[in-house]
Amino acid sequence: MPVLARLEHIVKDFGAVRALDNVSLDINEGEVLGLMGDNGAGKSTLVKTIAGNFQPTSGTYVLEGKSVQLSGPADARRHGIEVVYQDLAICDNLTASANVFLGREIMRQLGPLKVLDHKSMNTRSAEIFRELKSETRPADLVVRMSGGQRQAVAIARTRLAKSKIVLMDEPTAAISVRQVAEVLALIRRMKDQGLSVILISHRMPDVFEVCDRVVVMRRGRKVADKPIAQSSPEEVTGLITGAIQTA
Amino acid sequence: MSAPDDHPGMEIDLLKGSSRTLLNRVLLAQETWIAIAILVLGLVVSMIAPKFATPGNLLNIFQNACFIGIMAIGMTPVIISGGIDISVGSILGMCGVTLGIVLNADMPLVVGIAATLAMGVLCGTVNGTIIAYVKLPPFIVTLATLSIGRSLALVLTNNQVFYEFGRASDAIVALGGGYTLGLPNVVYALVIGVIVLHFLLTMSRWGRYLFAIGGNEPAARLSGIPVDLIKISAYAFSGFMVGVTAIFLVGWLGAVTNSIGTGYELQVIASTVIGGASLTGGFGSALGAGIGAILVETIRNALLLAGVNPFWQGTFVGCFILAAVLLERIRSVRR
Repeated sequence: MPVLARLEHIVKDFGAVRALDNVSLDINEGEVLGLMGDNGAGKSTLVKTIAGNFQPTSGTYVLEGKSVQLSGPADARRHGIEVVYQDLAICDNLTASANVFLGREIMRQLGPLKVLDHKSMNTRSAEIFRELKSETRPADLVVRMSGGQRQAVAIARTRLAKSKIVLMDEPTAAISVRQVAEVLALIRRMKDQGLSVILISHRMPDVFEVCDRVVVMRRGRKVADKPIAQSSPEEVTGLITGAIQTA
Repeated sequence: MSAPDDHPGMEIDLLKGSSRTLLNRVLLAQETWIAIAILVLGLVVSMIAPKFATPGNLLNIFQNACFIGIMAIGMTPVIISGGIDISVGSILGMCGVTLGIVLNADMPLVVGIAATLAMGVLCGTVNGTIIAYVKLPPFIVTLATLSIGRSLALVLTNNQVFYEFGRASDAIVALGGGYTLGLPNVVYALVIGVIVLHFLLTMSRWGRYLFAIGGNEPAARLSGIPVDLIKISAYAFSGFMVGVTAIFLVGWLGAVTNSIGTGYELQVIASTVIGGASLTGGFGSALGAGIGAILVETIRNALLLAGVNPFWQGTFVGCFILAAVLLERIRSVRR
């Protein structure tokens, strides 16, 4: 699998605290990468570095062969990196289609005025939902949707931008078992379309069901990076807690 | 692997959107129920008081409702964005006083209108700027400007009443109190206001962003929406509509006192809420604001004609506010 992004010897300090300690990581095209670790292990700092929220103290960030310095999340988005936030950042009172296009609406000319092109936006979001094989309907209000459908809406937003890397922060944390299956199916769909997905999760079964590779963080260091088939939930648990040093 | 891939609903036409029929949607709309309430109220009262259903009285109700209705149209975007503007009564005072002073100085009507609208927009912009940039709660900010506005109106007029409008005297009275094609001019202002706001809310980016901000402000910010500017514009729009109201109201009354508009904020907010706007933000419509204002005025008028002691008016309006909010809750469960 070709390498899409590469982190080389990334260090991130917050004052005297070393949040990331010499972390190197490859993000491959069309791969689902599970990122695990206890609270405070550096997961979230790592993700925020990839997403452009933080600039590393030292080390290089290579995107598609070029060394980059992302100035912020907007810059990261321009480079094709999207984040699906834990609280989803969608508006319940709007339709699915309105949420997908929020902030980048399609307009059409009506005489001298530019007006919202509801039809084009509904058609385009229906296409995206169909690609994701989600039964979400563009004109339905999000407030009436299940957790899985809401995830589909949030993910559809990233598809609009033709992103290459999607970071998903605990997408299955607060939803029912049936909806978890729906979200995992969505992640597989993104992978099938050649996207790289980084799944940050505390839920071992989800990681083992959907990920190709697992990376474990502990105390700011990467303590494991291996194909999921060569690991086991027991090993990962041991790595997270420190019972197993490295693997 | 198999279960999540298998979506039974996939064959249905995704483009069809909402599966509900038009009739269903109309029946679910708050505006429909308020319109029905107005009709039922009207029928009951016309049996008690035959004078109620005369064309003259109905027109009278409509005209009175317009002043509150136009301000309710201005209030609607503010409430949709999750804010509130309780200073509209005082802004009306400021606008009325501005119009009085300008016309009293023998200026042409056009100058008076421009100054009045500018004053409305200025007051609204001040509210919006403090709310958006100083990040104080809208209720507190507009409570303060309610007090400031009323006081400034007193300062500016020195407690003087304006009833001399110079060379614009006839024109302002004709505009505010006159008729065109058998209907009071202010009715046209309300109808145009409803149409324009409806268009803005459903077809423009501005409207879409107001709903987004009212629904989830952090999400709106993350989506790159200029939240602060949109908020300011909502309050400025409210101020503008108050200015429009001031012009018609002054023309209709033929005089400006500095107490003009006192207490209007409650009726305006009541109309907006009865019409289906949610004070928590994210919901509201242009038609609802207009119809809500008509209901409030119908209640007032009906009670008077039915011979009920006017002291009871507030009780009835209050009950309708509660009923409207309950209705909204029931509808959102059925949705």
